[in-house]
Amino acid sequence: METILDIAGLTKVYPGGLKALDGVDLQIRRGEIFALLGPNGAGKTTLIGAVCGLVRVTGGTITAFGQDLAHNWRDARRRIGLVPQELGFDMFETVERGVRYSRGLFGLPPDAARIEVVLRSLSLWDKRHEQIRALSGGMKRRVLIAKALAHEPELLFLDEPTAGVDVELRRDMWRQIDRLRDQGVTVILTTHYIEEAQEMADRVGVIDKGRLLLVDEKDALMAKLGRTEARFRLAQPLAAVPDSLCAFPLHLEDDGLTLAYRGGDGAGKGKAEIAAIAQALPHQGIAYTALDQKESSLEDIFVDLVEREEAAA
Amino acid sequence: MINWRSTYAIYRNELMRFMRTVFGSLVSPVLTTSLYFIVFGAAIGGRMNAVGGVDYGAFIVPGLLMLTLLSESTSNASFGIYMPRFTGAIYELLSAPVGVAETLLGFVGAAATKSLILAAVILATAKIFVDYEIAHPLYALLFIILVSASFSLLGFILGVWAEGFEKLQLVPMLILTPLTFLGGTFYSIDMLAEPWRTVALANPIVYLVNGLRWTFYGQADVSIGVSLSLTLVFLVIDIAVIAWIFRTGWRLRS
Ligand SMILES: Nc1ncnc2c1ncn2[C@@H]1O[C@H](COP(=O)(O)OP(=O)(O)O)[C@@H](O)[C@H]1O
Ligand SMILES: [Mg+2]
Repeated sequence: METILDIAGLTKVYPGGLKALDGVDLQIRRGEIFALLGPNGAGKTTLIGAVCGLVRVTGGTITAFGQDLAHNWRDARRRIGLVPQELGFDMFETVERGVRYSRGLFGLPPDAARIEVVLRSLSLWDKRHEQIRALSGGMKRRVLIAKALAHEPELLFLDEPTAGVDVELRRDMWRQIDRLRDQGVTVILTTHYIEEAQEMADRVGVIDKGRLLLVDEKDALMAKLGRTEARFRLAQPLAAVPDSLCAFPLHLEDDGLTLAYRGGDGAGKGKAEIAAIAQALPHQGIAYTALDQKESSLEDIFVDLVEREEAAA
Repeated sequence: MINWRSTYAIYRNELMRFMRTVFGSLVSPVLTTSLYFIVFGAAIGGRMNAVGGVDYGAFIVPGLLMLTLLSESTSNASFGIYMPRFTGAIYELLSAPVGVAETLLGFVGAAATKSLILAAVILATAKIFVDYEIAHPLYALLFIILVSASFSLLGFILGVWAEGFEKLQLVPMLILTPLTFLGGTFYSIDMLAEPWRTVALANPIVYLVNGLRWTFYGQADVSIGVSLSLTLVFLVIDIAVIAWIFRTGWRLRS
């Protein structure tokens, strides 16, 4: 499969000494939706900035469309679109003019039909004559996307496209990304929502403290990382996990007063197993007085990953 | 290879921004200049002697035009680039296939265009109050373009350097305006006694005001050659500084 973007040994040290990217290697395939998953401060925005020309890298190489970005940046940037994390535009500009400007800025001739398609696809057509400052936050975000799509990029970066937006807009955004996938646009999005990566992406990369911890097909990754936790508070302490339940990843805590479950695959298996255990316990004559259940957070997953990395090292 | 479409997009966008506020952009400088003409040209000027054979009201026209050109070119260009830095819209420019040439031609070209429009309006306004002729209109145009361009470049540098709105106004208010007032706008430096005459010649604005005055009346305190050369040198320094800014990403790229 064709590699559209090849990042090798990418390092960024900010003035002041903070190492925001620490030797990142990453290959993106043409046409895929890639999710870069990581907590705040992981270096996601810095990575995108390095490719898009906002950040001066300290070391490493970036090859886009088969050409070294350091030398052929003009041609590459023409084919790359960026939707930044933060809203930033001339608030007094009208929607349509702003989008037209973006297209021109990337060196393309005016194309009213194309602009109309973009505005309609983002439900902005009716607002095209409004000043951007008059729009709601969600609409402003759509304008950012419209601006990034105006020059028909082959490779699109979406930096936390759904952070702080309402559910409806998030659904819209996902649909939009699906459409882009159908058009063959390669999309790299960042997120700190594991469900988002799960919903959208073909492949997922996990980044923390500037290091890319792993990159994998989404399904494989979810199977590896997804965890569900449950704690049954028992009426009577148990000495050991009952034999009939030993197929499940269970252990006892609190001197046998809590039966804890930790397992699943991040795709519903954990919940199903917990339901099965909850039904099995009364049959075994084991009463419980409370049940806590949670999906492991991204935080837990990172801790897990980092620990594994360190153990391996 | 310059990307002309991008250049034009920036240029057009900047002019549109200007047109949105065209009233404020033109009214304030025109009003200020008109007041100068009324007070110094029409009212006091009637009692003043002609300077070097030029009626006093007419004598001050080039200097006042220069005053407006310098401050407006500088502040227009500095706002043009400071605003996107301030709002965050700069990301788009930085991620676009544009380099120093496109950015400069776009932003500085637009700022200089605004200055030319402004110059035309001011000269038309001046005609209402005082009678003047332009002896070398082509030189005048060339000189006005050069000055507008070089001070728009200066403004661009300021807009990249400034970290707050107050700093944007610093240079025009604290340096350009005083130097222009002292730079022979209202008098010929030949009227000054030594050592002040020599001191005045150290003020670069003197060469600009007198250069423009030469294009109007064919005479000035310094030769047009010196004025033109100085302006060109200033232009080249500006461009060098901006090229450095782009190469290092100073204040633009993190
Ligand atoms: N301009 C900057 N100067 C100094 N440090 C920065 C700058 N931008 C980001 N950082 C730091 O770099 C790290 C990575 O930031 P960022 O790439 O924004 O992470 P993310 O997008 O994953 O939240 C953070 O610790 C952040 O504080
Ligand atoms: Mg970020």
